[in-house]
Amino acid sequence: MSSFTWRSALRICVLLLVSSLILVPLAATILGGFKTDGELRAEPFGLPEVWRTQFYGEILIDPQFWRYLWNSLVISLLTVALTLILGSMAAYAFAQATFFGSRFLFSYLLLGLMFPFAAAIMPLFLTVRDLGILDTPWGVILPQVAFGLAFSIMFFRTFFKQMPPELFEAARVDGCGYIRFYFYFTLPLSTPILATIAVFVFVQSWNNYLLPLIMLNDRAGYTWTLGAMDYRGEYISSWNRTLAFMTMTLTPAVVFFIAAQKYIVAGLTGGSVKG
Amino acid sequence: MTLVSTQSTVGSAKRRRKGFDLSSQTTMLLIFLPPAILLFTVFVMLPMAEAAFFSPYKWSGYGPAPWAFNEATGKSFGTWTGGANFERMFGHSAFQTALSNTFKVISVSLLVQLPLALMLALMIYRKSYANTVFRLIFFVPYILAEVATGLIWSFVFDGNFGLSRVITDTFELQKAFFPLAEKQWAFNTILAVIVWKYFGFHMMIYIAGLQSIPKDLIEAARIDGARPLQIIFFVKLPMLWPAITISIFYSVLGALQVFDLVMPMTAGGPSNSSHTLVSYLYNFGFIRLNVGYGSAVGVFLFAVGVIFAFVYRNTVQREAAR
Repeated sequence: MSSFTWRSALRICVLLLVSSLILVPLAATILGGFKTDGELRAEPFGLPEVWRTQFYGEILIDPQFWRYLWNSLVISLLTVALTLILGSMAAYAFAQATFFGSRFLFSYLLLGLMFPFAAAIMPLFLTVRDLGILDTPWGVILPQVAFGLAFSIMFFRTFFKQMPPELFEAARVDGCGYIRFYFYFTLPLSTPILATIAVFVFVQSWNNYLLPLIMLNDRAGYTWTLGAMDYRGEYISSWNRTLAFMTMTLTPAVVFFIAAQKYIVAGLTGGSVKG
Repeated sequence: MTLVSTQSTVGSAKRRRKGFDLSSQTTMLLIFLPPAILLFTVFVMLPMAEAAFFSPYKWSGYGPAPWAFNEATGKSFGTWTGGANFERMFGHSAFQTALSNTFKVISVSLLVQLPLALMLALMIYRKSYANTVFRLIFFVPYILAEVATGLIWSFVFDGNFGLSRVITDTFELQKAFFPLAEKQWAFNTILAVIVWKYFGFHMMIYIAGLQSIPKDLIEAARIDGARPLQIIFFVKLPMLWPAITISIFYSVLGALQVFDLVMPMTAGGPSNSSHTLVSYLYNFGFIRLNVGYGSAVGVFLFAVGVIFAFVYRNTVQREAAR
C-alpha cells in the first residue's frame, strides 16, 4: 500500500465491519458464559463485571459433556478412516484399470454428488433399523461414509491419475503387483490428498446434526450437536449455560480447523480448479 | 495354495500363473472395488430407489415393506394411495411455504451472498499478512457447526437478551422484540444467518480463482490504460467465470439442504412459516412416522436436485469449461 487514498480507507472500513459482524457474536458467546443471566440481559455484548467461572466449571466436570465429545470423536474418526480406506481403494481401481463397465461404475458413484442427501432419509432410517445398527455409532458412520465416498473417490482418482505411470511400470517389472503397489507407493505418495480428504470428512462428520438426530435415540450415544440442542432445551431460560457449552465445544474445533485450514481450503478449491 | 508354489520360485511377475494371483489386476479390482460400491448402494442408492417405491403408500414404517403381507392383520403393512401423498404435499400450505422459503434461500444466496463474497475476495485475494488474517476470520463461520451457529444467533436475536434487546433499549420501545417468533421476520432472520455462515466458503473459491489468473494479463490491461474497475469487469470477472459457476452450483444444492440452522433457530415455526424442504420432510415425514409421505417429499427433493444438477452441468458449466 503506497499512500492513503479514499479507496483503501473504504476497503479497510468494509473489511473491519464484516470482521466485527463475525467476531462480535462469537465474543458475546465466549463472554456470555462468564456472566449471570441478569448481567446477560442488561449487557449482552459487553465485558462481564465479574469473571464467573462457575458455569464453565459445571460443564467441565459434567461426565455427560465429555461423553458427547467422545461420541462425536469416535464417530468422526471412524468415518474418516473408513472413507479414506474405501475411497482410495476404489479410486485406485478406477485410476489403474479400465475394464468393462468401469466408466459406468464411476458415473454411478458420482451420482452421489448430485442429490441432496436428506432426500432419502426415511428409507435410510428403515435400512439402518433393519440392519440392527440403529442407536449405535455405526448407524451414523456407515451412511456418512457412503455419502462421502463420491466426493472422495473423485478427488483421489484425479490425484492418482497424475502420478507418473513410469513409476508403476518400473515397480511392475521388479515384480510388484497391483495391491502391493497401492500400499507401498500410491498411499505414501498421496499424503497431501489423504490429509485434505481426512480433514474435510472430519469437519462434516463433527458438525453433522441431521443424521445423528435420526439415528441416535439414547442419550448416552449422543454426539455433541445433539447434546448442545438438549442442553439448550434443558436450560431454556438461562442462556449463559448454553453459551458456555457452545464455547467449550467450539473452541477445540475452531483451533483444530484453523490449524488444518490449509487442507480445508485445498479441499474446497480443488473442485473448482479441476472444473 | 498355488500362490505359495509360484512365489517360491521368485523371479519375474510374468512367470506367475493366472488364477488367484494376488498381484494381478483382476484380483485387485475384486478386492478394492466391491466394498465402496456395496456401501454406496446400500446406504445411498437403494434408499433413494426405495423412496420412490414407498411414496405411493400410507405406511408407518412397521414391517419390512408397505406392500408386504402382514399375517397378523391379513392385510399388507401399508395402504396403497396412488398419488395422494403428492397431492397432499402440493396442496399443503406449509409445504408451499417451505418451497418458497427454499427459493428465497437460493435467491438470497445468488443475489446477496455471492456478490458479497466476490467483493470481499477482490479486496483480500492478494497475498499479504493482513489479508491472511481477514481470510481466516471470514472463514470461521463456515467452520462452525450449523447447530452451534443457530444457537448463537438465536441468542443474538432473543428479545430478552441479545441484539434485539439492545435495539429495543436504545429506541426505548416498551415491548421486547423476538424476530424469530414473528411470522414475517423468522425466515428473513434465518436468511441473514445463512449469508453470514456461508459467504466465507464462496469467498475462498473466488480467492483461489483470482490467484490463478496470470499476473501479466492484469498487467497488460493496466499498461493499456484500463482503470481498476475496468480490470475487474473485463479481465478478472470473465477469468473467474468457472469458479463462479461452481459456487452457484454449491449455493443451489446447499440451499436445497438447509436444515441444521433452522432447527435451533425456529424449528420451522412460528406456525410452520420458516420450514425449508428438509425441515418440512423431517417434521411431517419423520416425526410423524409417515414413511410414505416423507418419501414423497424426498422424491420431490431428489428430482429438483438432480434436474438442476443435470441441466446446470450440461448448459452453464459446459459453456464455462469451453
